Amino acid sequence: MAPPLVEMRDMQKAFGGIRAVDHVNVDLHPGEVVGILGHNGAGKSVLMKMLSGALPRDGGEIFINGTPAPINSPRDARDYQIETIYQYLALADNLDAAANMFLGRELVTPLGLVDDAKMEAETRKIMKRLNPNFRRFKTPVSGLSGGQRQSVAIARAVYFQAKILIMDEPTAALGVEETRMVSELIEELKRQGIGIFLIDHDIHQVKSMCDRASVMKNGRLVGTVDVDKVTEDDLLGMIIAGKDPMTGEMVGAAEV
Amino acid sequence: MASFRKTAMTHTFDEPARVKSKNPLAALEIDSRLLGMIGAFAVICVVFQVWTGINAMTLRGDFAWNPAAWLFDGRFLTPRNVFNLTIQTVSVALMATGMVFVIVTRHIDLSVGSLLATCSAVMAVTQTVVVPEWMGLGLEHPAIAPISIAAGMLTGLLIGAFHGWLIGYLTIPAFIVTLGGLFVWRNVAWHLTGGQTVGPLDANFQHFGGINGTLGVSMSWVFGLLALAAAFYGLFSARRARVAHEFPVKPVWAEFAIAGMIAVAILGFVAVLNAYEIPVRRLQRIFEDRGEVMPEGFTTGYGLPISVFVLIVVAIVMNVVARRTRLGRYIFATGGNPEAAELAGIRTRLLTVKVFAIMGLLCAISAVVASARQTFHSNDIGTLDELRVIAAAVIGGTALSGGIGTIVGAILGALIMQSLQSGMAMVGVDAPYQNIVVGIVLVFAVYVDIVYRKRTGG
Repeated sequence: MAPPLVEMRDMQKAFGGIRAVDHVNVDLHPGEVVGILGHNGAGKSVLMKMLSGALPRDGGEIFINGTPAPINSPRDARDYQIETIYQYLALADNLDAAANMFLGRELVTPLGLVDDAKMEAETRKIMKRLNPNFRRFKTPVSGLSGGQRQSVAIARAVYFQAKILIMDEPTAALGVEETRMVSELIEELKRQGIGIFLIDHDIHQVKSMCDRASVMKNGRLVGTVDVDKVTEDDLLGMIIAGKDPMTGEMVGAAEV
Repeated sequence: MASFRKTAMTHTFDEPARVKSKNPLAALEIDSRLLGMIGAFAVICVVFQVWTGINAMTLRGDFAWNPAAWLFDGRFLTPRNVFNLTIQTVSVALMATGMVFVIVTRHIDLSVGSLLATCSAVMAVTQTVVVPEWMGLGLEHPAIAPISIAAGMLTGLLIGAFHGWLIGYLTIPAFIVTLGGLFVWRNVAWHLTGGQTVGPLDANFQHFGGINGTLGVSMSWVFGLLALAAAFYGLFSARRARVAHEFPVKPVWAEFAIAGMIAVAILGFVAVLNAYEIPVRRLQRIFEDRGEVMPEGFTTGYGLPISVFVLIVVAIVMNVVARRTRLGRYIFATGGNPEAAELAGIRTRLLTVKVFAIMGLLCAISAVVASARQTFHSNDIGTLDELRVIAAAVIGGTALSGGIGTIVGAILGALIMQSLQSGMAMVGVDAPYQNIVVGIVLVFAVYVDIVYRKRTGG
């Protein structure tokens, strides 16, 4: 079998005395959606931030396509075509959609000046595909709705041809219709062979969108399951009690 | 608990197609905040013109209730005063353009006045001691001005970069670093000159001071026409780019209206500066220096001061940096959301070094203008400039919360402050009262800006 697209081995991260991520192993295959579940503070976001280069790791190794990938900064992650869609963080509110989409990777004229017209044109092109109703190309993104902001972030990942996508609660700020659009988009990306880590709270959504789910509790991995082989109650048991539905083993019970 | 986030919000993807505005002012697409500042500046000009007019009439004893006469007799908008106003504004305006970047990235620089003094001291010592004596070139050597200016600019750049390193890499707050700098550099300047006033400065160097260096009438017209051509080309190429990408464009009449306004502003400015005539005795001296005799009845105007020319060049460069370079884009992105900028791979710490290095360089350029204007270096040069510069940037619409500010706004802010002060001086308001008014205007301007932002949601 081909090596996984992403393999994170023995990942560790501590803040002060608190082990935010404690010897965690997860992997991801092309065209697969893996849900990362857990309570607030379970360590899901910290784990993903180590993959996106936003946080340096204390220990552990990351492999991309089977080869070690020394990811130490967001730039490194980009070089491996890892794109992250953050829930709130990643847009500069005072800039417009095109400036945000190309932030850090601006298109320039032969003179080296930022080519706003070209970037706006590219943004309009990709938005026509992803969100045809998007029209506010000239205003700062602070004036956009949650869904419009999210579509800017998704457009950025799609435009730069992400191979590995990290989505941090992509639908948290969205309405029903917008949520449906995002899940359709995830299906589309899956068909293109992109691997997606989906950080989420919503068990319903995880059941419908994900292939597998890795559940974390108090920094430790409770287990990784095929979502089709477990019930929603099993998943809830993993999140709340730290109980592995396959082995019955309890993780982090002492801390509860 | 696993929560089911099904918000019952109706979706807001669809937006009504933008209502076509019938308002011709809106069709011009001029930034309304900029328009407001220009309006405020115009009001200040008219008020002082009328006020000085009434004063002049009263003094002559022929006061009448005649607004036309008030305007006509006013002294505020005379070529002489406009000339003085512009050369007085240059030093603060130069630094204000750099302060925009500093404040946009959510920092502050309290050391600019002191840094100006250190740069000025370095240049003064370079041109009176280092080059003439140590290098043995003697006074009045043509290399003196360029060498001393280069030394000053290098000093400003390095000190600024050092501030930026302390702030960005050692994460000491900018307020503290530059408050320390305020004490340090003022007194390093004192140390460099042994506390002495140094002067007179080199004659070529003094050309950057204002009245001692102007382009003259014909060169000023040439400059005006070149500026106009550049502005028209800018408008044209921007429109062409939008048309090429099939974006919506302004109506053609609006483009012409804007071009017309720019033409009136540039050529009007040049005409006024050219109308300020060089006094006859000074002209005679200029001719004598050249070994010629001045023709009978010969007159000519000063034209554009070189210092103002420097400001215009700096303003254009800074504006291009702000709007059309990656550096500028990253400055604004970092100010808007530092986390997002970092996640986008922007090296925000290095960016801080660059921003403060630019600020330091501008302090040095400002030091050239300020010391050349007073023809000597003094210990108190640039004292309290940090406050004027911050005030100019803030009055010009730079938000202390970061991410928002324009170069043009900051220069207008400096101009508004200077007009207020010299206007009040002309009508006989004492300096302490002038400062009270400037302070109130600063606070009021920021309040207006807050209200404006709330209304527009910007």
